[in-house]
Amino acid sequence: MATAHGSAELMDFDEVFETYEPVLGFEVHVELSTKTKMFSAAPNEFGSAPNTNIAPVDLGLPGSLPTVNETAVRYSISLGLALGCQIAKSSRFARKNYFYPDLGKNYQISQFDEPIAFEGSVEVELEDGTTVTVPIERAHMEEDAGKLTHMGGSTGRIQGAEYSLVDYNRAGVPLVEIVTKPIYGAEKRAPEIAKAYVATIRDIVRSLGISEARMERGNLRCDANVSLRPRSKAGEEPAPLGTRTETKNVNSLRSVERAVRYEIQRQAAILAKGGTITQETRHWHEDTGTTSAGRPKSDADDYRYFPEPDLLPVVPSAELINELRAALPESPAIFRRRLQADYGFTDSEFRDILNANILVEMEETVKAGASPAQARKWWLGEILRIANAQGVEPGTLVTPFNVSELIALVESGQLTDRLARQVLEGVVAGEGSPDEVVKARGLAVVSDDTALIAAIDTALESQPDVLAKIRDGKVQAAGAVIGAVMKAMKGQADAARVRELVLERSSKL
Amino acid sequence: MPEQQVISAEQVQHLAGLARIALTPDEIQHLAVELGTIVDNIRKVSEVATADVPATSHPIPLTNVFRPDVVGEVLTNEQALSGAPESADGRFKVSAILGEEQ
Repeated sequence: MATAHGSAELMDFDEVFETYEPVLGFEVHVELSTKTKMFSAAPNEFGSAPNTNIAPVDLGLPGSLPTVNETAVRYSISLGLALGCQIAKSSRFARKNYFYPDLGKNYQISQFDEPIAFEGSVEVELEDGTTVTVPIERAHMEEDAGKLTHMGGSTGRIQGAEYSLVDYNRAGVPLVEIVTKPIYGAEKRAPEIAKAYVATIRDIVRSLGISEARMERGNLRCDANVSLRPRSKAGEEPAPLGTRTETKNVNSLRSVERAVRYEIQRQAAILAKGGTITQETRHWHEDTGTTSAGRPKSDADDYRYFPEPDLLPVVPSAELINELRAALPESPAIFRRRLQADYGFTDSEFRDILNANILVEMEETVKAGASPAQARKWWLGEILRIANAQGVEPGTLVTPFNVSELIALVESGQLTDRLARQVLEGVVAGEGSPDEVVKARGLAVVSDDTALIAAIDTALESQPDVLAKIRDGKVQAAGAVIGAVMKAMKGQADAARVRELVLERSSKL
Repeated sequence: MPEQQVISAEQVQHLAGLARIALTPDEIQHLAVELGTIVDNIRKVSEVATADVPATSHPIPLTNVFRPDVVGEVLTNEQALSGAPESADGRFKVSAILGEEQ
């Protein structure tokens, strides 16, 4: 059934647009960072031992009844408002019925025809500063499902699995699913718009403080819908929408961009040969940069939604909506402009930060005490270099707090830049905080002048010709001695201080 | 008996498939008639309910019943797994399923 990964034929990306026009759509799931679950008082916590954060409701045990988390409702309304949506006068939960062991109940409590928020739009800023408006159809509340691990079999993938292990810690975690309307006119910028849209949603939920929004942890998950239709000539009616595919498992901003690009090229190659697109779910494979066929979407997707009989309608009062509207933070676009001014960065300096997706990390690093210039230097330099080498987002490597600690160590002279890079390596490798790595690896700068002077005296005595030159005022000759001292100190000395001391000792010896 | 069959055998078959219930052709025919009768009876109610009667999913007009976001009791891992036919590594063990998250 499944196509072997990477076997699909692709059309050249630019060539696609001579004949076809892509239409995009996104479903983004946001896990809310409430203390408890959507429908039970079990903790909403990442990383606990399996099946320890669960109440009877989360297992769907007979006789257990769901209760609605008030904070999750408030967060959902805030998010709806931030997406420019109307908030429903009355909103209702519904059961989505399906059989799969990721939920014990055989249904997911979601919302169907009465979502909490609908009809909004989001301004998405692209890398060159232009803005695209993405229309939002709805944002609805639902519960997350448990996590399945497929065991056995040769590949560990679903096809070869012998059994699956289920952890229901995530079952019942509050989610908001944000659904866009079809996005037309994206053209060649479709992959970039996809990435920028998800980044914007991430920035919005972070600024609202309602989600950790860490894609690598699955706090923010994107399903990308892509379809192609024949390009219509001027004056013609646009062609009807083509058959779409829904690509799941897209768990980083970079992957969103790549997956959309890949699907556009794959579908175009099929259509150009006179083939048809199968309406199906496709899985994104990070390692190969390809998608593979999953479950066909068809009439079998009959979830038989009906109003959840165990829960009452949510009827947000005008007072509540006004209160939450008044508490909305500035929009990400305004926030960015303010931050740029505060940091005193030029447009291009600031754009590098946006494009590297390190704005939030920058902000937190500066809040923790680092100067904007130093924070920018480390995030855009060494950290980004390691991130690119490992193919991950910079923010997953090291915490802003640790970066600010590292910068403080450099600024106080305890580390040179070169030593700091080694310390960073240790922090990224999970060896602890910068302080701990400095101690464990013995990386601190030798700031004890006695040790430096001893090394300098030895070096000067072994190079009397250099000593003579320095005494004659040819200070550039000191370089040879400084080099020898740095070598003796295994690089763990501040070169400027060594130079000072070399000149001082030269006059005394 | 309703005058015409409002639920077809195909619809019953489809629903049975969705609900993972195996039915014999006899059972399908039988259920089609029974379900048809139920649907027909409900249709009579909708003849009485005029446009000014709002759809309702709950008989008591309550709204906004919430729980504060405060952590409460949880099951221990042993309690959670106590009803599981099979478990391993603190998790529920289920047969491999060709499918995926919905």
